[in-house]
Amino acid sequence: MKQKKEFDWFERPESIKKMWIMLYVVCGLLVVPDFFTHRHAYFGFDGFLGFYALLGFVSCSLLILFSKFVGLVLKAKEDYYDK
Amino acid sequence: MISDFPPAALLILGALLVPFFKGNARNWYVILLPAVAFYLISQLQVGSSWQVHFFGFDLTFLRVDKLSKVFGYIFTLNAVAAFVYAFYLKDSTQHMAALLYIGSAIGVVFAGDLVSFYFFWEVMAVTSTFLILSRKTKKAQAAGMRYIMVHIFGGLCLLAGIVIYITETGSIAFNAMADRNLGTYLILIGLLVNAAAPPIHAWLPDAYPEATVTGGVILSAYTTKTAVYTLVRGFPGWEILIVVGCIMTIYGIIYALLENDMRRILAYSIINQVGFMVCGVGIGTMMSLNGTVAHAFCHIIYKSLLWMSAGSVLYMVGKSKCTDLGGLYKTMPWTLIFGGIGALSISSFPATSGFTSKSLIIDGAIHEHLVWVWLVLEVASAGVFLHAGIKFPYFVFFAKDKGLRPGETNKPMLIAMAFMSFMCIFLGLHPQPLYNILPYEVHYQAYTFNHVVAQLQLLMLSALVFFLFLKLLKRTETISIDTDWFYRKGGRLFYYITDKVLNGINRLSDRVFVGGLAGALGRVSRRGPEILTLGAMIPLWSAGGARGKALQDKIEKTRATLRTGASPIGITAALATIFLVVVFLLM
Repeated sequence: MKQKKEFDWFERPESIKKMWIMLYVVCGLLVVPDFFTHRHAYFGFDGFLGFYALLGFVSCSLLILFSKFVGLVLKAKEDYYDK
Repeated sequence: MISDFPPAALLILGALLVPFFKGNARNWYVILLPAVAFYLISQLQVGSSWQVHFFGFDLTFLRVDKLSKVFGYIFTLNAVAAFVYAFYLKDSTQHMAALLYIGSAIGVVFAGDLVSFYFFWEVMAVTSTFLILSRKTKKAQAAGMRYIMVHIFGGLCLLAGIVIYITETGSIAFNAMADRNLGTYLILIGLLVNAAAPPIHAWLPDAYPEATVTGGVILSAYTTKTAVYTLVRGFPGWEILIVVGCIMTIYGIIYALLENDMRRILAYSIINQVGFMVCGVGIGTMMSLNGTVAHAFCHIIYKSLLWMSAGSVLYMVGKSKCTDLGGLYKTMPWTLIFGGIGALSISSFPATSGFTSKSLIIDGAIHEHLVWVWLVLEVASAGVFLHAGIKFPYFVFFAKDKGLRPGETNKPMLIAMAFMSFMCIFLGLHPQPLYNILPYEVHYQAYTFNHVVAQLQLLMLSALVFFLFLKLLKRTETISIDTDWFYRKGGRLFYYITDKVLNGINRLSDRVFVGGLAGALGRVSRRGPEILTLGAMIPLWSAGGARGKALQDKIEKTRATLRTGASPIGITAALATIFLVVVFLLM
């Protein structure tokens, strides 16, 4: 009896490529409305084009880099407390 | 009167009957109890109370207002779902501990005075420990011990604060604290221990991930959220809480990014989420307090859901480290979908409950023109998507296929998760029923075009960054050192230092007192009479004409008689008289 083939769409290289393209397209499209609508700026600097996209990108990059940096000190072997 | 019956009493007394039920009847019984409690709470009239006179105090076991009711609703609702999830469990100890724990959490919420509040608070600490110990591993035992020790410390701070507060004000009522003095600050510290605010937070990521599968689900909801409730009740508008909250949001993210254990990631994200709520309390406006309460409500639902999905993975696979997991989407698709809804909700994705509740807090900061607070909360919002929204599902269900083929989890677990997922989306699309039960009136519209676009920009770029930096986020088989170091390793360091210092003092005093002083004292008392006698006699003998050899003979003879204690009574009496005369003259 032939075994039913497993669903492995998320691992295929061509689907991973498709997902990357999707992600870039979605990110790009989300900035488009900023060209046409005026967003009320609460603090003056937060009204410019793609502010939230930039904020998301920069803050997440910094968070990852910072955690990587403190991880140099804070990461320990799993049996650290057993010794 | 049924309408005044304290719902906490129902669960606490009901818990005592658990051992009398067997098999499935027991599981139905524990589901039914919180469901009845939910009904009781819905029947409570705002403004009613139930007082008992006790040791000269009027204890208010039931104080019903909108704030206590909304927490009562979510505590019982979550309990129903958690016990449905725990249907597989055949352990009456865990069920009893859970019911007592949830019951006392409800007791805290409805307590109108500091004395009964403190009583329920301590019962919570003790009963919750059993949900950790029931895992019955060595690690869980040790973590449980540390957990209870930290809570005893927090409880003592709270007790000291309450005693000072009652002495100063003469009132035991638990209302907003106006004075800022030692008493209220001690109470605040006691509450912040349970809210898991750094640096007194490490008990949470230390203990919760060691709890049982259902213990983790139940623990995630009550301890920190009763703390949030008490902060809303007692400390609205205390600016220090804005700072504490902001630190918590970022702290949780950094550690969640470092962590390898999936339930530890979720534990750190509790700290992150409670940070938003604590910040809302600190801002202290009606809008931000509403936001805190709404966020606590939604948070309990989606956080339970996340712990449920992680729990079913642990239940089926028996592993919880990201490095051991991966590729589970093939065999656990429903767990993935429900967990994913929880992940989107915690990230405040539009159409989920996090979006309609967290926005209230952030808008509260905007209304008060707190630019830095607003910025930190936005950065933290983006960061939530990184660690809880994507990292958790990605490394558990996708990433590298580790060849695990566990199959889907059991039906009751799936039903509980489906219900919680439904609640997440329902409150995301129709927040009005929740807004209606908040402490203050709400005029708020989360779904404006600009707000949705801004939020999506923030989150999708966060997702992009996650996958761009995937190499940096690769999981390692490590743990991360947190402030529990001070009482885990630091304890040993403390032992080492005290060992060196105290035993050093010991050795030194041994040398000085035992070896030195005692010997000297011995010598003095042995030779004292001899010195005194000779001191008195030599001048006499010299005056009597004794010189050289004769004097030497006399001295030797006296020494010998004194050493053997063989001096004639007459001489001893004479010596004693001389001694007394000398003493008398000196005085």
